[in-house]
Amino acid sequence: MSIPTVRQGSLQLIDAAKTRSRGALYVAEARIRTMVKWLGIIFAIAIANPVLYLISVGIGLGGLIDKSVGPAGVDGVKYLTFLAPALLAQAAIQGTMDETVFPTIEGFKWNRTFYSMNSTPLSGAQISIGVFLAALFRAFYTVLLYFGVMWAFGALESPRAWLAIPTSIFAGASFGALMQSVAAKLEDENYFFVVLGRFIMMPLFLFSGTFFPLTSMPFFLQWIGWISPLWHATELGRYLTYGHAISPTLMWVHFAVLVTMLVSGLILSARLFTKRLAK
Amino acid sequence: MSEYLISARGLTKKFGDFTAVNGIDFDVSKGESFGLLGPNGAGKSTVMRMIGATSQRNAGDLTILGKDPELNGPQIRAHLGVVPQQDSLDMHLSVSENLYIYGRYFGLPRKFVKGKIEELLTFAQLEEKRDAKVEALSGGMKRRLTIARALVSEPEILMLDEPTTGLDPQARHILWDRLFRLKEQGVTLVITTHFMDEAEQLCDRLIVMDKGSIMAEGSPASLIKDYSTKEVLEVRFGSDRNQEVADKLRAMCERIEELPDRVLMYTEDGEALLEKIYASGLHPKTSLVRRSSLEDVFLRLTGRTLIE
Amino acid sequence: MFIPMAVAIAEARVGKRGERYYSGRVPQLLERGFIAFKSSTWMIVLSGFVEPVLYLLSFGYGIGKLLPTITVGNESIKYAVFIAPALLATSAMNGAIYDSTMNVFFKLNHDRIYHGMLATSMGPLDVALGEIGWALLRGFSYACAFMAVVAPLGLIPSLWGLLAIPAAVLIAFGFASCGMAVTSYMKSFQQLEIINVFLLPMFLFSGSFYPLTVFPEWLQFTVNLLPLTHAINLVRGLCLGHINVGLFGHALYFVIMIVCGLFFTTKRLNALFMK
Repeated sequence: MSIPTVRQGSLQLIDAAKTRSRGALYVAEARIRTMVKWLGIIFAIAIANPVLYLISVGIGLGGLIDKSVGPAGVDGVKYLTFLAPALLAQAAIQGTMDETVFPTIEGFKWNRTFYSMNSTPLSGAQISIGVFLAALFRAFYTVLLYFGVMWAFGALESPRAWLAIPTSIFAGASFGALMQSVAAKLEDENYFFVVLGRFIMMPLFLFSGTFFPLTSMPFFLQWIGWISPLWHATELGRYLTYGHAISPTLMWVHFAVLVTMLVSGLILSARLFTKRLAK
Repeated sequence: MSEYLISARGLTKKFGDFTAVNGIDFDVSKGESFGLLGPNGAGKSTVMRMIGATSQRNAGDLTILGKDPELNGPQIRAHLGVVPQQDSLDMHLSVSENLYIYGRYFGLPRKFVKGKIEELLTFAQLEEKRDAKVEALSGGMKRRLTIARALVSEPEILMLDEPTTGLDPQARHILWDRLFRLKEQGVTLVITTHFMDEAEQLCDRLIVMDKGSIMAEGSPASLIKDYSTKEVLEVRFGSDRNQEVADKLRAMCERIEELPDRVLMYTEDGEALLEKIYASGLHPKTSLVRRSSLEDVFLRLTGRTLIE
Repeated sequence: MFIPMAVAIAEARVGKRGERYYSGRVPQLLERGFIAFKSSTWMIVLSGFVEPVLYLLSFGYGIGKLLPTITVGNESIKYAVFIAPALLATSAMNGAIYDSTMNVFFKLNHDRIYHGMLATSMGPLDVALGEIGWALLRGFSYACAFMAVVAPLGLIPSLWGLLAIPAAVLIAFGFASCGMAVTSYMKSFQQLEIINVFLLPMFLFSGSFYPLTVFPEWLQFTVNLLPLTHAINLVRGLCLGHINVGLFGHALYFVIMIVCGLFFTTKRLNALFMK
């Protein structure tokens, strides 16, 4: 049996000032290290998802739609071109959400790692931001791959299409931050996943003008799009990838909604993390 | 029908190349409290599962109430109340619903089971918790509920696998008390444990198991008498000196056991031995005289401690 | 001599067929389902129902505007009429898969509920049938609820459509028995995710949203091997009133799934709990 060295007061290894300024990065590093173990699977999902959707809906259903709407096209372009930026934003949102919500519930409840992190000099806010930063890493990786697939399918028409990468990640970050604060508040997660999947993610996916212009929805369903980060990001994405027309006012609205979600989500979750860890 | 409720001859169980139970013989009589004592991995739980007709032997004979578990599994299980080592309570149901539905699993009529619930809740001291979700119960309460649940079918044999592992001392004593009362009613108990105090408290007779074999059999008192001395003197000289003095100590008594942190000395009179040690010029940092326990029996039989 | 009631009940089954695996306790297991169901929240109850309705609203309105009609054979039908039966079939599949995979996995490995059940005089086939039976009851009620929404909207043109409800139960049965069989072999939660890997492509390519004729021959052939394709064809055939011998073929596909699924589930549970 070997006994670890525990020198008493002779050594100062821990630089508290450094931890205070970079703590969030340490947490993000720990998260990314775990994530990297699943990188192969994340890669497979990031490739398979757009390929399947673009072939099935974009080309399969799209072929019939293109024939039906004639030369006017859907918003002036082929259905595939119309659909692709929405799927890109959706992938970013789903990826970021997965990496903020699950690790947060895990850290507080399943294996309580946040509590052991908090017993080092790391603060609750730093843990919260660290988890969020790691989620951005996942979003970036996923969106980049997704964008490559879109390019291969010929779904990008404009030279500035690459700007849809940052706007999609931006939407992912906004929604991810908001959901992270929800997850931080969650005490009993039993029914949460059903509610999240069926009552939040699915309506967002189906009613954000993803598969058709939002205006073709009856009025009583359109409001879902207005509050959905997916719709705002999709509109921006369509503007960037093929020149979908957006009025300058609306452009500001899209950004304003996403920024509001991001900032309030981050502040709220940092506060909730601190509060719950201190409880 | 034989006079024994449970009878095993050459009972053997293998998992691939690993022999979990290696040709053991034992009998359990009606109304007896029978214990299987041994460390983790000794094969106790495997024996329990074979008696419970949820695991099939590879060789030997096993008869439970005159039946073969391989052929009459459901009929044998109808006689048994099983308390597994890990709780298997239904987390989606309340306390009383757990009792109710378990009775239904035996095919018992609704009316009969509903009538049993009150009595079982009282027995388990859970009257106040009848509508609580199982998740909200403490470890001791969960264990009592599991025992009450096992009694819903009025079994002849109650099988308890490590019944008090993980419970605090107070919860253990409450549980022991409940089991005593059942025994007084004539229920046959089969108990596995790696706690010697539990075996001494609860068992009329026990087998000591290690690595799938039976090392010894008898009542707690007779085992201590046969395999140990009346008293034990425990001495500590500090972790680096114990070994050094061991040879000197060995010469002073019947037998010693060197453990990493202390030396056990077996003797009929502990105080007298301690004086002898001081007289020889040795000065242990701490010393303790106690009566022999099943732990010492196990140490003698296997050269190892029960709890590692 | 006093014989406990539980023993008398168990003895009464001696000599019956498969007595070591089956004790006729399916009703008791359904009873457990009801008791547990009573205390679950309405959100969960509603969730099985909302899925096909959300898709119908979204695709029915949205895609329906871009693609008002679909040609099946030489008949032109409204887009919503085309997708409604497929959504019924898909939700029957999803419900059955959820009940028989996630749910079963937790009971098997986490809550150890089956360990408790099998310590009584029940057998593994009781547990398998009871669990699947519960999934079917749920599937049946969701199918009824969905029909009650879509039929008044005029989305089910044929009276044969009534048979879509039992067809949905058959589909759920097939998926539930296979799902439980697969789950019983899974060792970790991550392995369970593999099931989802099959579900998404199956959902996207089984002709829910457009006829398979848009695909090249080789893809049509592959897709025709998938269970969901048969499920959709069966339900759609009934709802549109396109009755032919082919429907029996689709039904037979599910009968085979049921038999295989039950066989492997029982075999595996027996190996897990009676080894």
